[in-house]
Amino acid sequence: MSGADIGLALAVFLACTVEAVEALTIVLAVGTTRSWSSALSGVGAATLALAVIVAALGPAIASLPIDLLRVLIGGLLLIFGLQWLRKAILRAAGLKAKHDEAQIYEDETEAARAAGQRQGGFDGYSFAISFKGVLLEGLEVAFIVLTFGANQHRVGLASAAAGLAILLVVLGGVAARAPLARVPENTMKFAVGVMLSSFGMFWGAEGAGANWPGGDAALLAIIPGVLIVAVAMARTLSRAGHPVSPEQLQTTPTEPTDQATVSA
Amino acid sequence: MTRARTFGLAVWDFIVGDDWRTAIGVALALALTALIAAAGVSAWWVMPLAVLGLLALSIRRAARSASR
Repeated sequence: MSGADIGLALAVFLACTVEAVEALTIVLAVGTTRSWSSALSGVGAATLALAVIVAALGPAIASLPIDLLRVLIGGLLLIFGLQWLRKAILRAAGLKAKHDEAQIYEDETEAARAAGQRQGGFDGYSFAISFKGVLLEGLEVAFIVLTFGANQHRVGLASAAAGLAILLVVLGGVAARAPLARVPENTMKFAVGVMLSSFGMFWGAEGAGANWPGGDAALLAIIPGVLIVAVAMARTLSRAGHPVSPEQLQTTPTEPTDQATVSA
Repeated sequence: MTRARTFGLAVWDFIVGDDWRTAIGVALALALTALIAAAGVSAWWVMPLAVLGLLALSIRRAARSASR
């Protein structure tokens, strides 16, 4: 396994762990509060929808010429990664609320209780919230697995890394029977932002016709370089001490289910 | 709103998010890389410089709006 493969597997594993932890919190909240069977039905339906999306897009992406694939996917990955990195830097600098699974779980549980009594055996609320949560978080996972896997021709490796992350999170959730609040999500999001931006920059430039000095080994300079820049930006912002009100730093309760990009 | 428009907006929101300027900047940087590489000149340095600038500008905009 090459250094690029290890980087690919690590990036996919970290990104999928973060997304799986967020999806788990939502499913746990509605499952424990209202209906496990309906919540798990939502998970199943979302997984099926994701499988259809991946099955439809995977071969189409893989059939593109390599240079077009790299510039297209590299560009998308870079745009996506810079969003993750920007939010991670703002969190590290104290300018954005940190992701707090325990708080989100409390808020989702409260919302589930306030949604009223369920009618009959099937609970539409549990199904819809689980479906939406898993689909939105899963779309990010699918996007990362497909882009990383197709670019490196290692869809199998990317899928295995994603599967391992999801399995570990599910096992952790079953064992703890609570949201995995001790997973260092904010640090992991920072790392994912660095990896997505680095790989996006590398592949995008290659696809556009540039040749990196040292070929694939350039990633060994790009990834630490992006990390150093991101940490320096977070420290500079932190020292600048932008005044932020406590209300702005409160965890947004509906963050995971609002929209896919917010969770980055 | 038509379904196609709703789908397009969802895709835009998923990929581009709330900072379209960064997305435009990435596209322009890739185009510049392609132009320079096509001219036979080494072009690998364009993307690191672009990413540094785009990230700094994006953070600056976000920090300003957060402190308002």
